[in-house]
Amino acid sequence: MDDMLNTQGHVRLGSSAGQPLTRRDGILKVTGAAPYAADARPEGVLHAVTLAAGIARGRVARLNSAAAEAHPGVVKVYTPANTPALAVSPDEKIHPFVWRMEVLQDDRVRYAGQPIAMVVAETLEAATEAARLLAPDYEAEPHRVTLDDAEPFDTETTAFGRPANMTKGDLATARATSSRHVTTQVDTSAQYHNAMEPHAITAQWVGDRLEIDTPNQAIGLSKQTFSAFLGIAPEQILLRSPFIGGGFGSKAILYGAQLLTILAARDLERPVKLALRRDQVYGPTGHRAPTRQTLRIDMDDMGRITALDHDTITLTSSFDQFLESASNASHSLYAAPVLRTTHHGRRADVGTPGPMRAPGEAPGSAALEIAMDEAARAAGLDPLDFRLLNHADTDPASGMSFSSKALRECYAEAAGRFGWAGRPQEPRQMREGRLLKGWGMGTAQFPCPMFQAAAHATLRADGSAVVETSAADMGQGAWTALAQIAADGLGIDIDKVEFRSGHSDLPDAGVAGGSGHTATAGTALFNAGSDAVRQLADLATQDPASPLFGAGNAGVTARSGRLWRNDDDRSEAYEDILARAGLELIRGEGTGAREGEPTHAMFSHGAVFAEVLVDPDLGQVRVSRLIGAFAAGRIINPALARSQLLGGMIWGIGMALQEEALHDTRSGRFVNNDLAGYHVPVNADAPMVEAITVHEDDPFVNALGIKGVGEIGVTGTVGAIGNAVWHATGVRPGRFPIHPETLI
Amino acid sequence: MNRFDYARADSIGAAIAAAGTPGGSFLAGGTNLLDLMKIGAATPERLIDISRLPLDRIEDTDGGLRIGAMVRNADIARHPEVLARYPALAEALLSGASAQLRNAATTGGNVMQATRCSYFQDPLSPCNRREPGSGCGALGGRTRNHAVLGWDEGCIAVHPSDMCVALAAYDAVVEITGPEGSRDVPMATFHPLPDAAGAGTPALAEGEIVTHIRLPDPGGMARNARYLKLRERTSFAFALVSAAAALEIRDGVIVSARLALGGVAARPWRCHEAEAMLVGMVPTRGSFTVAAAEALTGATPSGDNAHKIELARRIAVRALDLAAAGTPDRLPALPASAFAGEDNG
Repeated sequence: MDDMLNTQGHVRLGSSAGQPLTRRDGILKVTGAAPYAADARPEGVLHAVTLAAGIARGRVARLNSAAAEAHPGVVKVYTPANTPALAVSPDEKIHPFVWRMEVLQDDRVRYAGQPIAMVVAETLEAATEAARLLAPDYEAEPHRVTLDDAEPFDTETTAFGRPANMTKGDLATARATSSRHVTTQVDTSAQYHNAMEPHAITAQWVGDRLEIDTPNQAIGLSKQTFSAFLGIAPEQILLRSPFIGGGFGSKAILYGAQLLTILAARDLERPVKLALRRDQVYGPTGHRAPTRQTLRIDMDDMGRITALDHDTITLTSSFDQFLESASNASHSLYAAPVLRTTHHGRRADVGTPGPMRAPGEAPGSAALEIAMDEAARAAGLDPLDFRLLNHADTDPASGMSFSSKALRECYAEAAGRFGWAGRPQEPRQMREGRLLKGWGMGTAQFPCPMFQAAAHATLRADGSAVVETSAADMGQGAWTALAQIAADGLGIDIDKVEFRSGHSDLPDAGVAGGSGHTATAGTALFNAGSDAVRQLADLATQDPASPLFGAGNAGVTARSGRLWRNDDDRSEAYEDILARAGLELIRGEGTGAREGEPTHAMFSHGAVFAEVLVDPDLGQVRVSRLIGAFAAGRIINPALARSQLLGGMIWGIGMALQEEALHDTRSGRFVNNDLAGYHVPVNADAPMVEAITVHEDDPFVNALGIKGVGEIGVTGTVGAIGNAVWHATGVRPGRFPIHPETLI
Repeated sequence: MNRFDYARADSIGAAIAAAGTPGGSFLAGGTNLLDLMKIGAATPERLIDISRLPLDRIEDTDGGLRIGAMVRNADIARHPEVLARYPALAEALLSGASAQLRNAATTGGNVMQATRCSYFQDPLSPCNRREPGSGCGALGGRTRNHAVLGWDEGCIAVHPSDMCVALAAYDAVVEITGPEGSRDVPMATFHPLPDAAGAGTPALAEGEIVTHIRLPDPGGMARNARYLKLRERTSFAFALVSAAAALEIRDGVIVSARLALGGVAARPWRCHEAEAMLVGMVPTRGSFTVAAAEALTGATPSGDNAHKIELARRIAVRALDLAAAGTPDRLPALPASAFAGEDNG
């Protein structure tokens, strides 16, 4: 652990927060020393491989278990006939973030890729081959896997239990009195998270205590979920997730094969490891569902929006409900006095979708920004001028003031850097040699939720500290940013902070999702540090032997490992205060959460400008420049924040031009469930991407003023690229990703 | 993955002898075969490792080159004689796969690589290429990437290689050795075309091995040759369509022309009629448009891929345009890309 904390060589200007420290776990990661779940090799570990269903709907009629069991090295083959029962129904909803657990409790096939058996063997190779030997026979039933043929259903709620429909104002009257309108339809495709690390779990029972290594974005919640399905106390479970090789939402929701591995470890009384292959991730671990969005924007003569109507049709599975809440992207971005958002569900024989980086916001923003450009054109206005004209000074949906909103500054900063001024309004006006060149923009917005977190901060006799919370680092840099906040809470140098994180025996840090992890866990850590300092200050100011004695009224300030009187320049080191009091340590506790009903609308904002080059003969698109400016409250670590924002923007390139998971509609199986067939951007696709942060103080969002940067980069970007493609070619994209053949 | 035996061949003769019994597969760079084994699309009982055979040299021949089957793709692409005389081959190679794969993949393996048709790669789908007689799973399925030339109902897959498209344009010859002795087959006809019943007779008979690729003297085409590749991702993606073009231009008139298309058929598609039309023409876009139309005369969609016919026509025109403009002195940073930059102002 000590190696991990080596951050020498940084120049610090005052406090830790705000400094671009390099990742404290960076050396471990680039040298391969950081332990990931599939690296766990407990003594006697067995290897599990699941068999994926080859049909989309029906039942498994027969499995050749005998052939699999006879394969050398096989220990046991689990099928619905012999799999231990769960403590509760696989459909039990312990909390809203539980999907049906596919744990071989029946022989139904609900989607292609669903696990229908699991082989446990002495080697991975033996388990893999034995799974193949199971050669299932099916009784197939007619299935549906696309938006076009799926079965419509009425719904009151979308993702996370949000209301499916919302109306504000009188739409009919607004339409009747508006002078112009545009209607836009945009389809977005099914997408898969494709984290670099596919899902994995290593489970072992030590007595009646279960130890699990599995990458997880919601450690506390997952412990509860496991305990409920296994029928054991949460205290019996130790979940370790120190490092996560990318999550993007897919590792926030548990899936059945994790439970199956745990059951096998209990049944066989040996540790069992399951590491999904890339193709096996497609189906059971969530995805972003496709959407078909229709927007109508009504305007007055000046181009002011009079009504905004946003409808989304999207897919969920046949057995659970998670509907991409895309229309909600229109709630709070532009000043629409009349607003209607609707969602329509459809059921298909696919795995249940789930949260994927900017769930709802990403596809919703993509469609909204295309519609806004069409509206700008109808109004005869520059796209940026049109957005400024329709800037929302208060939140249209709630009527509340924004807690902070430096969006105008973002527009100005990014447009200036990009060189937007002088952009011709008509398409196909700019060239670079023989290539068409186009400029487009989009507004970025993402809400600022907070969850529940707890933390401990312990000052030690030598003036160092250990801070503890079960945070999840999935690459965003929690090990570093949260330690920076903790150091400031304790008033000591970050080099003296040991950061313990990533396992479930520590205080719950809440979910690493919703771009709220730094704000939530950071607040808990800061409060824990403050609590420790407060105790220390009480000791010193009440001790006649301390130079701080009697400073109680004016107070003391913690800085650089010392407490300083506020009324003169005397100070005392933490270790001296502890030594005199005869204490080995002082422990502070803290929580992080948002108290009470919100009084403000709270969002991060940004503006993204894209330049594309399009080959006029071949229709190939290249994003030659992408510049975003973001206002996201207090930035804890500018280097990490920049990486998060760049990563989000590059996701936008993928969503705009490349990413789409395809099924064969006849078999219901995927045709591109690997990284050769499902394309995500490579370095050569992102030659120039720049993310700027704009200063923003937010006194309302939380005491630390943190808003979050994990997801906002995706929003705005997809629409900006789509709009730039229109500007280059004159073709308005009706679907993402944009294919070359649609542009020639 | 099935259990299999592994043996390393120390000589070409030993490799041929080992491969003469059923169930064996040659293993060279392993960049394709091992993937297929992992997903169950290939289940050889025996791997005969030929990666250490003494076929790892590039030799000068009479004005041409002879490339050993075990030469790594990256080593061909950076070979000074290849860069000087066969620049379209270097560009094709560098547009394929990733740097890591090019370091491992061999010449022979590149020629022998399997189609990336997703139905071939899915053991649950019928596929005449994987399991003769089972049918074509791709017909009527997701066919955006499938063939528009030379296909039949037995198979609509395309050959994925970039290298082979350039080799076909350069009139390369595949040298084969087997139990019956040695034979030469032109690159352009090496890969079988499908028929109504299946994917066609495999290029190699049992026990045969590719030992070399022979490139004839490019003559006056050396500095007027290009490879161009269309794909949605700038690197590490197979071609939607691609084209290799080479021209010999004397006194402003085309005296010799080569054109081969990739991503359109089960083999690199050499366009002899279009080449013949170009001879005697002035190298203008008009000439190239006429020739490209000729090249795609027989094209028909095999499914939801009619767009590939138009894209192939257009990429042929562009590749000929680029070839006429001359090979740049240095390979572009984005090899074979429409955004390579040298003519973008």
